[in-house]
Amino acid sequence: MSHREKPQPSIQVLRAGPLALLQDSGRFGVRHLGVTQGGPADLYSWAWANHLTGNPWGTANLEITFGGLQLVAERDLDIAIAGADLGATLNNEPIPLWQRVRWKEGEVLAFVAPINGLRAYLAVCGGFVAEPVLGSVASVVREELGGFSGKGCKLAEGDQLSVHAGGKNCGQGSMQAPKEARPDFSQPAVLDLLPGAQIANFTGRSLFDAFNTWWQVDDRADRMGVRLIGPKLHCNIRSLVSEGINLGGVQVPPDGQPIVLLNDRQTIGGYPRLGSLSPLSASRLAQCLPKLPVRLVARGHEAALREYRSFRKQFEPGRASNVML
Amino acid sequence: MIRKPVLESAGLDGWIVRLFETIDEGNLPWLSALSHRCEQAFGDALIDLVPSYTTLLVVFDPITLSSSEARAMLCQVLVDLEPDSGVHDGQVHELPTWYDISVGPDLPRVADHTGLAVTDVIEVHSQRTYRVFALGFAPGFAFKGLIDPRLECPRLDTPRKRVPAGSVALAGRQTAAYPTDTPGGWNLLGRTSARLFDRQREGFSLLRVGDQVRFVSVSRETFEREGGNSKPMELES
Repeated sequence: MSHREKPQPSIQVLRAGPLALLQDSGRFGVRHLGVTQGGPADLYSWAWANHLTGNPWGTANLEITFGGLQLVAERDLDIAIAGADLGATLNNEPIPLWQRVRWKEGEVLAFVAPINGLRAYLAVCGGFVAEPVLGSVASVVREELGGFSGKGCKLAEGDQLSVHAGGKNCGQGSMQAPKEARPDFSQPAVLDLLPGAQIANFTGRSLFDAFNTWWQVDDRADRMGVRLIGPKLHCNIRSLVSEGINLGGVQVPPDGQPIVLLNDRQTIGGYPRLGSLSPLSASRLAQCLPKLPVRLVARGHEAALREYRSFRKQFEPGRASNVML
Repeated sequence: MIRKPVLESAGLDGWIVRLFETIDEGNLPWLSALSHRCEQAFGDALIDLVPSYTTLLVVFDPITLSSSEARAMLCQVLVDLEPDSGVHDGQVHELPTWYDISVGPDLPRVADHTGLAVTDVIEVHSQRTYRVFALGFAPGFAFKGLIDPRLECPRLDTPRKRVPAGSVALAGRQTAAYPTDTPGGWNLLGRTSARLFDRQREGFSLLRVGDQVRFVSVSRETFEREGGNSKPMELES
């Protein structure tokens, strides 16, 4: 990690918008206390934003949902925005996404409304400064944990955000993400589901429906989970003794409409599950606006793991696994 | 006797180890033993362990371990698994509890449902020592049981939008105390002055899976002296 100077207030919040949260990679090692994982709903775009600013894996950046956020820089900063196109502007000029940009003192950075996708990630060279709570700064509003306040608060008007004073050269990350690395979140999404859990207890018809339906993303969607609307799925188990649920778990309550569980889900639950989305598919789902069609595709562990490891390898070359599958 | 454990995939980085089918206090020493063995076997590759009633969710780092490698390790860990012999029996906690209709507005409902007098509901609830089966729903929320079958009472049809921190409650054959203000649908019997989720405490949560808990009936004076919030439910909004 590069040398860091004393943090100083560097950004002021002029308008907060509906939901802007500080997120590092998540809160781990505390789920047995009933504390959820938190972290970026779209890990993929979060990681790119950090990478483009030269921040190491795990550095906290801002997850901006829907838009409505306006910030002013109180000193020159190097930033990158990845993920959703929320119509962001810098002093009323469109700002390019998926690349490093200079944000000069006094300029206003504004996120307006979703154009493509739902969540944008704003990373600042050097990283935001916040005190970890239970080992992480990930903001979980419901649990009142993390964020700049330590109490899980979303950004509010008037907040002063501190940034680690980065040097002129903040890391060696590439300046621009290649075109093929920038997803089009407005397209129907194909999501990889790793079968597991109680999948054997669903009826044959329901298994056919699960994997041969264009599901519609419901507007009941947040950082806890995303509901999908489509044919009613039947499981011969209606509820189970509650058990731990992992990221991306696809649970089916008695109404037969699947709910994909995301970062802020409760740690245990008692509805039967078809399996889990791969981490990158959970990321993709987190960018889907209501009404977008999505499809579930059964995927083997090995293929999903190969894809996930190659994703991580781009951002943490030193930690790449040598294990061959 | 434990039947053959079942491993179920929980995604790219997790396995559910299913040891039992039904809720029983006798499950706890097995789950505790399994947790400790997993900590030793997985070392740095272990991300999280979530014990719950009949299962253990094991979450590992998929960069250093593949699912099949993790599965092989779990199979190894399960060989000759023996229940913990009291070493990890969990801490014993006594939670001072003020049972009163002003902070436990469902006392009459539970009395009606069970056919017991309110005083008997309080006595029966505070007699037993309960075990913590699982934490979940909210940070530090400990599902405990089993309560005396005479107290069994279903949850409310419509959950309350806000249940104050410290509220002591029951539903079905389980009991709990709310660590923070949250929505909730359990029957409220009273309030404890114990700080269940405290930022000054290591790990924040007072209770862990396997701990033993007794609710000790105290007077309003004692409850308030120990820092309890005696504000009546109807004034809480």
